[in-house]
Order: sequence, then structure tokens, then C-alpha cells
Amino acid sequence: MSEDNIKKFMFVNRKAPYGTVYALEALEVVLITAAFDQDVSLVFVDDGVYQLRKGQQTKGIETKNFSPTFRALEGYDIEKLYVEKESLQRRGLTEEDLLVEVTVLDSAAMGALMDEQDVILSF
Amino acid sequence: MSNIDVNGKTYETDEEGYLVNLADWNKDVAEYIAKTENVNMSEQHWEVVDFLRGYYDEYQIAPAVRVLTKAIGKKLGPEKGNSQYLYELFPYGPAKQACKIAGLPKPTGCV
Amino acid sequence: MLHIINKSPFGHETLATCFRMAQGGDVLLIEDAVYAATPGTALESLIKAALERFNIHVLQPDLDARGVGAEIIEGVHAVDYGGFVDLVTRNATSQSWL
Repeated sequence: MSEDNIKKFMFVNRKAPYGTVYALEALEVVLITAAFDQDVSLVFVDDGVYQLRKGQQTKGIETKNFSPTFRALEGYDIEKLYVEKESLQRRGLTEEDLLVEVTVLDSAAMGALMDEQDVILSF
Repeated sequence: MSNIDVNGKTYETDEEGYLVNLADWNKDVAEYIAKTENVNMSEQHWEVVDFLRGYYDEYQIAPAVRVLTKAIGKKLGPEKGNSQYLYELFPYGPAKQACKIAGLPKPTGCV
Repeated sequence: MLHIINKSPFGHETLATCFRMAQGGDVLLIEDAVYAATPGTALESLIKAALERFNIHVLQPDLDARGVGAEIIEGVHAVDYGGFVDLVTRNATSQSWL
């Protein structure tokens, strides 16, 4: 695929994992997008940071635990994961609490990154 | 929904023949599904099927074929981590066919 | 860039998060987000502060539907559906916040 066909896609995740289906749907769309060799970034803001929380155990709610799938993203060549610093801090979380390696950005840096995108999909 | 009968037990599958319940899987069911796919399970076939089950156990998804090929190359060596080898084992697509035999859901993004 | 917000600023963080992260450009308030454009609420000062960095627009039919179309915060632009389309075409990218 030529460089001209590569667009910058950003997926903005702002919902906690199990209360609504947005988080799971976003992840599925991300995995499908990976097949098209695009420049994909995942962003976790507000309650979206809870998607990456370590130690999720969903047996009791009889729902699939999709958090391990975030660790598969590297194999799909999706390596740009960004978390907003303020969202983490407001929830008393640090990078240590997250199950994958991420880049932590402050709000302004996150906004600047958004401005660089060709397509932004919000979940 | 439809069913398959293996050794007197009934297993639920979807209309394409994928097992509905991951936990239903066992080697006999795998052999049965393989037969319906015209695949004769050899040691090499089992190696891929076992790899897929391990991958699913770790990541909770069935990998896309490109990802599977790369991951197999990493674990089992480049002579196995290439699409020619995998398509020889599973002519109708390693991700699709091997996933079905491994009792996994259809890989995300496969249509 | 155009940011489209459709959630009420009371009970949702969406608008606050947008203002916190986005660097400027157009913000369009639609559906339940239009309440943010009405004067006299606890959020009026937040909107007025944001007007220094953003061009804020509000969809008039959504205001009217909710009975709050008579008055909007000074500096906020009311648009109709045609204006909505103009905003989308004028910006290279849009983000529909959920």
C-alpha cells in the first residue's frame, strides 16, 4: 500500500468497560482497522482509562473479559496508546495500574495530537 | 443454530459450523470438525490448533491470519510462520479453518 | 477542527473534556448539549471563558424543541441545519463526541 493511502485514525475511548457496549465495540473496530494498514492511535480519556485497569475479573457478571485483548494490539502493529494524565489523576490511577504500556499526555498535548488526525472516531 | 453429534454427545454450533461454547471443545470434537472441513489432522495441524487455543486463552480473541502467521513464526520458527506452510495445512484459510477446528469464534474482521 | 457535542453538560463530562483538551476551532452544540448555550445556568461562566478560545455554535431546532430557543449566551452563534452542514464542510476533520 502506498504512503498516500495511509490516513491517521484516532479512536477516542471515553467509556468504562462493562456498563455500556462502547468499549468492546471500539476494540473490535480497531482490530478490523488494523487489517487496512492505517496509522492508528488509541486514546483513553475520562472513564475510558478504566478499560486498561489491571485485574479485571468478569466471571461474576457473566460477561466476557476483553481487557487481555489490549495486550494483543502490539501483534496487530497497533502501538500508539495514549492516556490523558488528568483523567488518570482524577481517578487516583497511575501507569502502574494499567495492563499495557501507554504514553501519558497532558490535556494540551492530547488536543494537539487530535488536531493532527485525518479521522477521529469517538466511543 | 445447528448441532453436531460426536461420540453420542450433542454440541451446539452456529450456521457456519463454529462451536457456540468454547468450553465444549475437546480433541474428538476437533477431529470431527476437521473431517467436515476435509482436513486430516496431523501433528503439524495439532501444533497450529494448540497454538491458537493458547493465543485465545491469553488474549481472548482469534487472531487475524497476518497476526497468526507472525506469532507462529516467533514461537515455532520461520519455516512454519509463513502463509504457504499454513495454507498447505488449512487450504481454506488458516485463521478461518484452524479456528473452527480449535473451537474458537471466527476471527474478528473475517467475513 | 469541528467538535460536535450532544450530551447535556449537567451530568456528562463531555463538554468539559472537550474544552480541556481541544486547542481551539469550532464547537457545535446539538441535542441535549444545547442547554449549555442557555444563559443563567451554573455553567454560563465556563461557556463564556471557552468563547475566548473557541467559536461556539448551537443548533437552533434543538434549542426550540426543548423550549429554550428564545435566548442564548452572547457570543454563541445559532445555526440551522444548513449552518451545521457548512461547519462540517468548512472543517477538514470533525469529531462527534459520544
